[in-house]
Amino acid sequence: MRLNVNGKDIDIEADPEMPLLWALRDIAGIMGPKFGCGIAACGACTVHIDGQPVRSCSLPLGEVQGAVLTIDGLESEGKLHPVQQAWLEEQVAQCGYCQAGQIMSAVALLDEIENPTDDEIDEAMGGNLCRCGTYPRIRAAIHKAAALKTARA
Amino acid sequence: MASVGKIARRTFLIGAAAVAGGVAVGYWYVNKPYANPLEGDLAEGEATFNPYVKIAADNSITIIAPRAEMGQGISTTLAAFVAEELDVTLDKVKVEHGPASYAYFNAAMLEESGPFNFFDDSLVAETVRGALGTVGKVLGLQATGGSSSTRDGFDRMRQAGAAARTLLLQAAATRLSVHPSALTTDNGTIVHAASKQSLTYGDVAADAARLDPPGDVKLKEKAEWKLLGKSQQRVDMRDKVTGAPIFGIDVRLPDMVYATVRISPVFGAKPAKYDLSKAEQMPGVIKIVPLKTTYGEGFGVIAENSWAAFRAADAIEVEWEKSANPPDSEGLIKVIADAAMSGDGDVMRDDGDVEAAFADAPREKLIEAEYQVPYLSHAPMEPMNCTAQLKDGKLTLWAPNQMPVIVRWLCADLAGVTQENTVVHTTSMGGAFGRRGEVDFALYAALLAKEADGRPVKVTWTREEDMRHDLYRTAAVARMRARIGNDGLPVAVDMRIAAQSMMASLIGRIFPGRSPIGPDKSITDGSHDQPYTIPNYRVTGIKAPLTIPVSFWRSVGCSQNGFFHEGFMDEIAAAAKSDPVEMRRKLMADYPAAVAVVDKVAEMSNWGEKLPAGKAKGFAFTLSFGSWCGQVIQIADTPNGIKLEKMWIAVDVGTAIDPGIIEAQMFSGAIYGLSAAMGQAITFKDGMVEQSNFHDYDAMRIFQTPQFEVAVLENYHKMGGVGEVGTPPAAPALANAVFALTGKRIRKLPLADQVRFA
Repeated sequence: MRLNVNGKDIDIEADPEMPLLWALRDIAGIMGPKFGCGIAACGACTVHIDGQPVRSCSLPLGEVQGAVLTIDGLESEGKLHPVQQAWLEEQVAQCGYCQAGQIMSAVALLDEIENPTDDEIDEAMGGNLCRCGTYPRIRAAIHKAAALKTARA
Repeated sequence: MASVGKIARRTFLIGAAAVAGGVAVGYWYVNKPYANPLEGDLAEGEATFNPYVKIAADNSITIIAPRAEMGQGISTTLAAFVAEELDVTLDKVKVEHGPASYAYFNAAMLEESGPFNFFDDSLVAETVRGALGTVGKVLGLQATGGSSSTRDGFDRMRQAGAAARTLLLQAAATRLSVHPSALTTDNGTIVHAASKQSLTYGDVAADAARLDPPGDVKLKEKAEWKLLGKSQQRVDMRDKVTGAPIFGIDVRLPDMVYATVRISPVFGAKPAKYDLSKAEQMPGVIKIVPLKTTYGEGFGVIAENSWAAFRAADAIEVEWEKSANPPDSEGLIKVIADAAMSGDGDVMRDDGDVEAAFADAPREKLIEAEYQVPYLSHAPMEPMNCTAQLKDGKLTLWAPNQMPVIVRWLCADLAGVTQENTVVHTTSMGGAFGRRGEVDFALYAALLAKEADGRPVKVTWTREEDMRHDLYRTAAVARMRARIGNDGLPVAVDMRIAAQSMMASLIGRIFPGRSPIGPDKSITDGSHDQPYTIPNYRVTGIKAPLTIPVSFWRSVGCSQNGFFHEGFMDEIAAAAKSDPVEMRRKLMADYPAAVAVVDKVAEMSNWGEKLPAGKAKGFAFTLSFGSWCGQVIQIADTPNGIKLEKMWIAVDVGTAIDPGIIEAQMFSGAIYGLSAAMGQAITFKDGMVEQSNFHDYDAMRIFQTPQFEVAVLENYHKMGGVGEVGTPPAAPALANAVFALTGKRIRKLPLADQVRFA
């Protein structure tokens, strides 16, 4: 079947029941989304479909309708997305494994709420688990990203 | 404190590990430098000076940081050691993990494994530390753990940078026909100011590498440091914010096949009866094979993709043998509690005369309590995985692991090739917390590589397989008693702590057939070695006779003993109607570094202030891995349950190399400890672990996370560790705060069994 991923059409030959995550990773070689749990409990696999954050580990390939964006497609014209830039400046990541999912959730949050409060951040990011406990810096980075985004706009 | 003679006569388990490794120590061997593993594997135009530095003709500089990067920031800190003395900034260098090699032995990890407390600076203690560091060198133990990497690399890697710079200056001096002292360096360039000539490191690297290494090098004074002591941009940060494929699970090779494992969920049990036919017919399946290692028995499924392998593994019909251990948690905990009550143990601290002090204690001055913690899983975000290829007599592994030399050795044996024909690539790790110091994931990959007809095979575990085949933090039970004196301070404390022996469990897996001897200090670490002066003070460790696989979990023995010791200290303070912080100041008066930490965290948190109704604070302190850490947490009663509002942390690390990374490790360690304290438990039923994924073994989420404030102190004269230090005081600080808030003394984790958290 044909998918649009990070602005490119790609053909994937796979069982339509295969979760999108494995089609992206094992078949298309798009490695940004990570496997953490397989049951939509940790958020490491978060991608956007038409701008909405979804857990790709639990979405069958056959049910994907819309353009898929993964962290691999987040930079534009060689420039980091403001959320990535803020993550870099706040030195958020430790092991880094969950961060692709954290960043995709944060991008979706800031697309919806320009300047979220701590409570709104906690609400939007609650599905993304981090075992290193980078949460304090995630909060700081989302505030910084909101400011960077406003400055760039 | 027990006399040195009394304790030093005993054989310690780490000694058993050395013996089991079959090492004969000779002086010549100890002092012989290991060969530089970078020699013979250099790119065109590249030169190497020692195992830590490569410089190419185009002036690209590569620093080898040979410790596992599992999130703790070690690649940045180790690279900064070399870069500081080489006089380059971190953005000028590429940092690699490098090969598995004995040259990268970790001496510091073993130095504190002996029978001396960290604050014991006696000649005997220092001598034994040196000897144990030597064991690390002789074993060639390239290992990441024990919060030891920075301490281990501090001298060695700065010397490596300084030695390389010295050689580059010599080569440049010859080239320019000037004296080396007339030259200066500036971020990868060598300058002769008088003649305004300059050369890059790359220009002279090949010449410099041919010179004899200097016998001795002078290191910069602390005041001269440009990078060290200051927060650096982490060298791995850009990859981690762009989703770069740096993890073991991201390995992707031409012609690769995918695999998973299904291992007996009953530890030590074999498949009693099985039928593979249904699984073998699943779409995408290439092959299903039985697997057997010292870790477990079961099956490996090779398939065209990971999902097909997962589905087929699930479809294997199998019945497992019964467990040799009690089948459920109740039975397991009873064995441990019985051991705490009456088992023979090893006395790890024995000050004064505890028996006499309790013999005539008036009833109203006695307090007694039993504490308990459950088994815990590491649950790093990246499930266990490893990629392996066996082709033309060569085994190659891409392994996210903390012990590359042991991975190479055991995998080579399993695959039937020599160690010389085995290459281990250590990838970045999506968390580890001790889990990747084990090697099961690599062993299974090596076995499956034998079945893959020369193709690379990436073996990924499901989360369920990971959760049910961990090497767990042991459950533990502590029986405590104290006698309170007329001044409100404890005059006698007696702690009997029972747990499974991690060293015995580990030795059984790595050196099967060897029996461990001597005490296992990890049972009492965090209780027997704390900077308190109490006239009669005894801590006994008792090994519980169980064989659930247990191992190193972030902060190891301190993860349970921080809770036991500091929970009980809070209890003593409450019984004596003393302020818990004030009581610590008095008991720690002989240890100024400890008192300074207590004072700092009390000041930061405004300890003693009157709080509004429905709010409370708790305090705890643990000296672990050479660092002194005090924590205060403030909690609030809300309609949704108890909310964690803010945590203050003061830590003395002796010398702070990277304050930004230290701060991150402090709240990271605390969140790891709080996660377990609040809600985590691995429980057993029918011989199997009941939990399977993050829905029934969750961790702290962002909405539960308190604010953090961290202060880093540098008072103590020895450098301490960082990665594990934030964990031990977190659970008791929270439990003590819950007591202050509710009046309920909770002695059994997780706390969520007895109170509700928001």
